[in-house]
Amino acid sequence: MSEATQRKIDRSQMRVSDEIAIQITGMNKWYGNFHVLRDIDLTVHKGERIVVCGPSGSGKSTLIRCINRLEEHQSGKIEVDGTELTSDLKNIDKVRSEVGMVFQHFNLFPHLTILENCTLAPIWVRKVPKKEAEETAMHFLRKVKIPEQAQKYPGQLSGGQQQRVAIARSLCMKPRIMLFDEPTSALDPEMIKEVLDTMIELAEEGMTMICVTHEMGFAQAVANRVVFMDQGQVVEQNEPREFFNNPQSDRTRLFLSQILGH
Amino acid sequence: MSEIHAQTVRFVRETMLPPAVPPRSEAGAVRWLRENLFSGPVNIALTILGLALLYVVLQAVVPWLMHSVWNAKSLGECREIVAQTWGPDASGACWAMIRERWPQYLFGFYPQELYWRPTLAFLLMFVALAPVLFSGLPRGLLWFSAVYPMLAFWLLWGGAVWWWVVVALGFVLAYAAFRLAVQRSSTIIAGAAALAVLVGWSLFAIDPLAALIQRVLPASIAPVSSDRFGGFLLSITIGITAIAGSLPLGILLALGRRSDMPLVKMLSVAFIEFIRGVPLITVLFVASLLLQYFLPPRTQFDIILRVIIMATIFAAAYIAEVIRGGLAALPRGQYEAADSLGMDYWQAQRLIIMPQALKISIPGIVSSFIGLFKDTTLVAFVGLNDPLKGITQVVRADMNWKGIYWEPYVFVGAIFFLICFGMSRYSMYLERRLKRDNR
Ligand SMILES: Nc1ncnc2c1ncn2[C@@H]1O[C@H](COP(=O)(O)OP(=O)(O)OP(=O)(O)O)[C@@H](O)[C@H]1O
Ligand SMILES: [Mg+2]
Repeated sequence: MSEATQRKIDRSQMRVSDEIAIQITGMNKWYGNFHVLRDIDLTVHKGERIVVCGPSGSGKSTLIRCINRLEEHQSGKIEVDGTELTSDLKNIDKVRSEVGMVFQHFNLFPHLTILENCTLAPIWVRKVPKKEAEETAMHFLRKVKIPEQAQKYPGQLSGGQQQRVAIARSLCMKPRIMLFDEPTSALDPEMIKEVLDTMIELAEEGMTMICVTHEMGFAQAVANRVVFMDQGQVVEQNEPREFFNNPQSDRTRLFLSQILGH
Repeated sequence: MSEIHAQTVRFVRETMLPPAVPPRSEAGAVRWLRENLFSGPVNIALTILGLALLYVVLQAVVPWLMHSVWNAKSLGECREIVAQTWGPDASGACWAMIRERWPQYLFGFYPQELYWRPTLAFLLMFVALAPVLFSGLPRGLLWFSAVYPMLAFWLLWGGAVWWWVVVALGFVLAYAAFRLAVQRSSTIIAGAAALAVLVGWSLFAIDPLAALIQRVLPASIAPVSSDRFGGFLLSITIGITAIAGSLPLGILLALGRRSDMPLVKMLSVAFIEFIRGVPLITVLFVASLLLQYFLPPRTQFDIILRVIIMATIFAAAYIAEVIRGGLAALPRGQYEAADSLGMDYWQAQRLIIMPQALKISIPGIVSSFIGLFKDTTLVAFVGLNDPLKGITQVVRADMNWKGIYWEPYVFVGAIFFLICFGMSRYSMYLERRLKRDNR
């Protein structure tokens, strides 16, 4: 957990603006009869770095998957950059092309090279010319420090490298918001750092991020707010120092004692 | 005490061991024989039984092949030659029949002076297939592949070239309509628009337009009617066209079956299950007899075209199921990644899902193709001259070859085997290549 904190973090670009990026009000979701998300209210401003944590099954993944409509919510309202998520496909596509998502299991396209993975969506969705898309892709691959792997296939890369490609792939769509769903929990310990470093760099550039993670070191170093969820509800949210040193609810305390191991 | 001590004593290796050659095991043919054929009493018994069976078969077949006769005018003459050279009890294959009749096995009753047309179409087929089958070739060749079907049909059936040009124009228009509509609305609507253009074009435009151009600028070759088709010309025409048609149709059916839209899903399931539950011969009879009742009177609907449509539909149902298996094998994460990048359904299918699902399904798809190709012999039952039954009957009807039995089947079987074996090898090549591409 200390890994992420070893590095000096440049906070000059990390500015939270007044502009609202995501607004969730009174949102509920059910899987059949199972009430997964209950009355979620969450406002995310531009430039915020939010870490979502909570016990397994508390609905963290479901929450961020609702934000780009990989899951549908049944009541309440989700607005992303002023666009409300309804069943209108146009809105959904608009939101999805502005919101990048990184998954626990990378979900790279195994039949395409790393470069093709990164250029596919810009070319077909954004209609960027191929050459330009490739330049952008190489730019972001350099940024995640694996330009030399561009011609390989995902299966030939280590887990950490694949996850960095996944991040680059999302960035190629020039998203304004990035969602991370436990990006490091499928990785071996020695690869976690390289992925976290990449995420820290993103944060340093002022990207709006929502990140489900158990890397509390990352939360302390980068997040400006930690959201704790349990049983489908937001139980507590606070800025990291307060959250870790002075948790308000019993459930948060219990969770923290479990996850911090004492 | 001392044992524990021995385990915990510090140890630092200072020189690294050089790598060693793996131990050479006992090798040679004798060892292989002993291990694989004579390793135990059961195995020994099976080996002896197998050898005995092999002997019985070879003892009958080898002399028959050894006594082959290639030059004769009739089956009787064949038999005489065999009796003279090998003794009265000997039997021998009479390939003289093949020697005399092979053009009929290849072309049926296609006019002899026009044999060059199907032959040319056949050769061009390889040019058209090459860029589709092998990735190393220049992509520009695909243009020829796109034009090829029209060219081939024109060569085969003859008539005015304009008819096929106008048909091709219909496809171009449909594609243009698709591109135009897809920018304004969804892919489904664009697809419907393209289909509407195609149907409208074939109902109202093709015949009059083609006739008009033909009058102004005559350009035609001798027409050949469908009843002249036969032999492998018929099998390959039906087989290749149905194969080419059944893959896209099968993909659509597989997608339909997994669709969220209840109506689409229900129709796809009903269609697939119905077709799979009915023997191909039934479907062919429908093509040859029943279709006449449903179609408006006086419509000239070519029998070969009808059979092709039915074979396509039949194969598509099987291919849909094979592809559905491939689709089911893909992790959900692939769909989610495509969605999260903002791709719409058809983009995700085309760029992400289908390339992977098809790759998984290659063995099954090729099996279906092979089955379909062999099933083309069933068109004999609707009165077409397939190579196996149709042409063989024609040959046997000749007094000279009356009573010839094995030779036609061996000959036709061998050609079918070559073609199907080729397809099977290609599928293995493709699997290997795709595996190498993204291991
Ligand atoms: N597709 C689904 N159908 C039905 N129930 C589901 C589905 N997906 C998730 N659930 C249930 O919803 C609850 C919340 O799931 P979710 O994946 O959001 O939890 P999580 O907080 O991300 O947990 P984890 O830390 O294990 O990833 C869980 O109880 C899960 O069993
Ligand atoms: Mg989760």
